[in-house]
Amino acid sequence: MSELNQQNRFIRLCERVGKSTISGVEEIGNGGVLIGECFYWLIYGPRIKQPVRLSAIFQQMMEIGINAIPIIALLIASIGTMLAIQGIHTLRIFGAESRVTIGIAFSIVREFAPLIIGIVIAGRSGSALAARIGTMKINQEIDALKVMGVNPVRYLVVPAMIAMVIMVPALTIFGDIIGLTAAGLYVNADLGISMAAFFHDIVDILTVDDLIHGLGKSVLFAILIAVIGVVNGAGVQGGADGVGKATTRSVVQAISAIVMTDMVFAFVATR
Amino acid sequence: MNDQSNNVIEVENLVTYYGDREILKGVSLDVRDGEIMVIMGGSGSGKSTLLRHLMALETKTSGTMRILGHDIDSLSQREFFDLRKKMGVAFQNGALFSSMTISENVMLPLSEHTDLDTMTMEIMTRMKLEVVELGGFENLMPAELSGGMIKRAAFARAIVMDPKILFCDEPSAGLDPVVSSALDDLILLLRDAMQMSIVVVTHELESAFKIADRITVLDRGHILMVGTVDEVKNSTNERVFNLLNRVPEADNLGMNEYLQRLTGVEVKEESVL
Repeated sequence: MSELNQQNRFIRLCERVGKSTISGVEEIGNGGVLIGECFYWLIYGPRIKQPVRLSAIFQQMMEIGINAIPIIALLIASIGTMLAIQGIHTLRIFGAESRVTIGIAFSIVREFAPLIIGIVIAGRSGSALAARIGTMKINQEIDALKVMGVNPVRYLVVPAMIAMVIMVPALTIFGDIIGLTAAGLYVNADLGISMAAFFHDIVDILTVDDLIHGLGKSVLFAILIAVIGVVNGAGVQGGADGVGKATTRSVVQAISAIVMTDMVFAFVATR
Repeated sequence: MNDQSNNVIEVENLVTYYGDREILKGVSLDVRDGEIMVIMGGSGSGKSTLLRHLMALETKTSGTMRILGHDIDSLSQREFFDLRKKMGVAFQNGALFSSMTISENVMLPLSEHTDLDTMTMEIMTRMKLEVVELGGFENLMPAELSGGMIKRAAFARAIVMDPKILFCDEPSAGLDPVVSSALDDLILLLRDAMQMSIVVVTHELESAFKIADRITVLDRGHILMVGTVDEVKNSTNERVFNLLNRVPEADNLGMNEYLQRLTGVEVKEESVL
C-alpha cells in the first residue's frame, strides 16, 4: 500500500515537473513570438495604416525613464559611494588605496550601473507593464481594442518595448555619471584626490569597449523586462488576484533573467 | 424565406470546443440589416461565446461566418481591420480604458483610424456623448462614473465610427430598472436614428421583449428557436417555456436524472429516499 502511495507521489511529481517545463517552454515561445510581432508592427504597421504612435512612445519614455531618475540617482550614488568605501578599505591593506579608481571605474560602468538600473526598472516598470496589461485583459479592454481594429501589440507593447530599449541604456549612461561622481566625492574626501584627477584617471582607464559592454547589457535587459512583463500580463487568469500574481511573477522572473544574463554576458565578453 | 442579401451576419453550422468541451454545437443564424437581434439563454448556454465569435474574437472549430458579406476566413489582415471599423461593441462592464478620460476613450477609434484634426474629433466625440446623454462629462475618468454612465460611455465609444453593426453584451446587467429601461431606449434610438444592426446578448426578459425585432434562444450550445417576440412568447417548446417562466432546471428533471447529473453515477431505482 505504501509502495503504491510512493509510486503515486512520484507520478504526481513527474506530472508537475512536466507541466512546469511545458509551461516554461510555452512562455519562452510566446516571448519570441512577441519580439517578432513587435518588429512586424514597427516595419509593416505603417503600410496597413496601423503605425506605432510617437506620442505613445514618448509617454512610455516619460514613465519608464524620466520618472525613475530620482530613485536611480539615489541608488547608484549609494552604490558608487559603497564601492569607494570598500575599495579603499581593501586596498589599504596593501597600501594601494590610490589605485581604487580602477576598481570603481570598471565596476560601475561594466557591471553595477546596468545591473542596478535593470533591477530598478524591472521592479518599477516591468511590474507596472504586467499589471497594466493584466488589468486590461480581465476588464476586456484588450478585447475592446481588438474589436475597434486596434492591434494590442502595436498599441500597447511596441511603444513600451521601444521606450525600454531607449531609456534603459540612457539611464545607464546617467547612472555611470552619477555613480562615478559619488565615488569621486568620497575618494576626494577620504584620500584627498581631486575630482579632476579622479575623472582624468577614469578617462585613462576606461575604453569605448567598456562603455559598450555596459550599454549592450542594458539593451538586453530592456528587452527581457518588456517581454517578461507583457507575457506575464497577457497570461493573467481570473481577477485581481491573478493580476497580483502575474505582477510578482514578472518581477521575480525579470530580475532572475537579468542576473543570469549578466553572468553569461560577462563570461562571453571577457573571453 | 429570408433574402440573404439583406443579412449583415450569416453563421452556418458553427462549432466551438474549449479543450474537450463542445460549447457551440452547430449554431446557424442570420442577422438582418437594421434589426435588433437578441440572443437569450440561461447561464452556460453559450450566448457569450457566440457573441465573441460574431465579434471575431474567438477561433471557431468549424463552420462558416460571413459578416457584411465577407467570409471572415478569407480576409487579408488589412481587409479584416477595415471590417473591424464597421463594428462597435459595448461590453458588459464597459471596458473603458481606466487611464483615459471619457472623452479620450470615445475619441480613441477616431484618432487611430482617421486623419481628422483634433478639433473635429473633439466635436464628433461631444456629439456622440450628447447622444448617450453624457454631455458635460467629457473630462471625468471612468472611475468617477456610475455603472449606468459607464455603459452609456461604452455605447458612445462603440458608435463613434458610425458602425454598421453594434454588439452589446448584457447591457442591463447590474442596473436598476429605470437606468436599464433608459439603456433599452438608447438601443432603440441607435437602430432607428443610425440604422444600425444591433446584436444584444441578455438574459433580462423584460429588456429583450422591449427591444428585440427577433430573438434567438440558445440552450446548451444549440439554438432552440429564432423568432419574433410574440413567436418566442407563444412557443410550445418546453425549454423555451421554462426559460421564459424562470423554472429552475432541476424542477424538470426526474429524481433519477437529477441525482445522476449531481453524482455522475447512474441511478436505476427511486429507492434512495
